[in-house]
Amino acid sequence: MTHDHDANANADSGAPFAQSPDCERALAEVYTFLDQELTEETRIVIAAHLESCNPCFEAFDFEAELRMVISTKSQSVEVPETLRIRIEERLTYLRFEGPEGMGPGDSGDPRRGA
Amino acid sequence: MSRSGVRFSSRALMADQEDFVRQAMDYMPQLYSTALRMTQNKSDAEDLVQETYLKAYKGFAGFEQGTNLRAWMFRILTNTYINSYRTKKRRPDETELDDVEDFYLYRRMGGLEAARASRSAEDELMDWFSDSEVQAAIDALPESYRLAVLLSDVEGLSYKEIAEDLDIPIGTVMSRLHRGRKALQKQLHDYALERGLTDALPGAISDDALDSADETPET
Repeated sequence: MTHDHDANANADSGAPFAQSPDCERALAEVYTFLDQELTEETRIVIAAHLESCNPCFEAFDFEAELRMVISTKSQSVEVPETLRIRIEERLTYLRFEGPEGMGPGDSGDPRRGA
Repeated sequence: MSRSGVRFSSRALMADQEDFVRQAMDYMPQLYSTALRMTQNKSDAEDLVQETYLKAYKGFAGFEQGTNLRAWMFRILTNTYINSYRTKKRRPDETELDDVEDFYLYRRMGGLEAARASRSAEDELMDWFSDSEVQAAIDALPESYRLAVLLSDVEGLSYKEIAEDLDIPIGTVMSRLHRGRKALQKQLHDYALERGLTDALPGAISDDALDSADETPET
């Protein structure tokens, strides 16, 4: 493995172009790595590569951060107050009134109105 | 009244259920947001979330204390969506996604996040896209891709769990996830271009520069 790519990386803010077979192998597994779906053996190989290759590390880091941002921003919708109230009311009803308020498998519950 | 018998015969479970209500309410924004991305429809999303809470409450005896309540609530949401809502809404003809190159966004916007040293890279990324852009980009995905991405990146499920939920092979899960995520990146990049974001920030790598970068990196 050469270190020639360090100069290129500096010139172009670390674009993730594979510089070596090791890079190519790591970059191809970015999703399986971040998804924690690799075998332990492969995971160790790629983690070791990321330790020594800054351009690849930057690319992985970007993907990981982007995923976090997407997850956070996708979940920022405000809950309609009417929905919250409706659910609280239904749950309160079940707790104090509903015959089916008990979990499945509970025995001996008198059926209301029976 | 006979119902008082219910109330006093299972005091312990009642206490647990009250506890459940208190804790589970905190997850409503996440559940509703995800329901909205799944159903693409406010009224269905509201019904789905309400159904999720009622099922969770009724099945609470089956929840193992100390395990992940958020994950448990999401399981119920997802199963309910797949079993009751998805079949109803499923389009007969699912569009295929074009293949987008790996690291689509990073190739075009990578390095921008490091442009301002005073802020963390994640803080920068947070500012690139608005909440509604991210949501619209997810909504733009075909349903089967969107669902795979939501189950993985929002709910945190494994490939195997997603395969079981969607009843598809693991290889299909991976393919949908990879294509879906890249298509999502392309959509976000399109939004950024529309707003002129990539031009507005220093350090952006233009497509021309990208094309030539492989051969003769100059400067």
